[in-house]
Amino acid sequence: MNRFVLPLVVFGLLVIVLVVGLIHAPNKEVIASPLIGRNAPEFSLPNLQAGDAPVSTALLRGGWHLVNVWGTWCVACRAEHDELLQIAKAGQVPIIGIDWKDTNGDAEQWLALFGNPYAAVGTDQDGRVAIDWGVYGAPESFLVDPQGVVVEKLVGPMSAELWQGKFLPHLNAAPGGKS
Amino acid sequence: MSRRLVVATCLLLAARAALALDATPPIADPVLQQRYLAMTHELRCMQCQNESLADSQVALAADLRREVHELILAGKTDEQIRAHFVDRYGEFILFRPRMNWRNAWLWSAPIVLLLIGAGVAVRVIRRRAPLLDSDVAPIDGEPPPR
Repeated sequence: MNRFVLPLVVFGLLVIVLVVGLIHAPNKEVIASPLIGRNAPEFSLPNLQAGDAPVSTALLRGGWHLVNVWGTWCVACRAEHDELLQIAKAGQVPIIGIDWKDTNGDAEQWLALFGNPYAAVGTDQDGRVAIDWGVYGAPESFLVDPQGVVVEKLVGPMSAELWQGKFLPHLNAAPGGKS
Repeated sequence: MSRRLVVATCLLLAARAALALDATPPIADPVLQQRYLAMTHELRCMQCQNESLADSQVALAADLRREVHELILAGKTDEQIRAHFVDRYGEFILFRPRMNWRNAWLWSAPIVLLLIGAGVAVRVIRRRAPLLDSDVAPIDGEPPPR
């Protein structure tokens, strides 16, 4: 009798370990960003609108901003574009674009063709700013609070569900938040 | 094998080096170049997650290799470079995870299992060590054990 107890206990422990492992198995599509809860990385990029002030960290102060990393070569960016236009139209949060590893000509053509949801677009042609933001696959979106702290991050195309489920609650919970 | 075939094979093998993914010019100092190679092999390409920076041909990997290159030339230590990337991309970028409170149980598992095994072994050996009555019974024709 006694000789079965120990193997059973060991087996039980093993089952518990495996079940916990399965439940907490990381979703490989989503890698937690170490950026959340920290200040947005310092950056300054040339403005896509030639002649306008550089797009920089200073722009993110004093209000909520959505920083969206995109590129005209990025198929999923096309998929989220209409949702970005909706968010821009709602007027709750200005969207700051970072045009990643792209050419200005392509970017201008894209915005002329599909509409421009961005309050400003910085051009990160050599991808250095994207590395500081921990970007690994466009599109990526970061919600930055008025103090310049990154509070939410999305890898992949923005959708109405994601915007309402993941991003808007931060805005609505904030003191003085609109709507 | 004909000589031509040998030459052709050698040329093909040599061409492999020219096809290497990493277009970054090698660092003149061989020690630094060695560190660069080691570093790009132990950092993950975040886009194609099971390839290292050295093995990946996506543009992001090239950017990250450039970053490693610059950091090494700037005199950063390996640990500083690792910290630089973990800061931006999280620990996932390291192929060799660091020890922390969340994975401590995994790191300690070999020692714990060894101790359990040793405990079981000691118990089994102890139990079998005493002589049975039959072991001390006199054998025919021999003097009894004292």
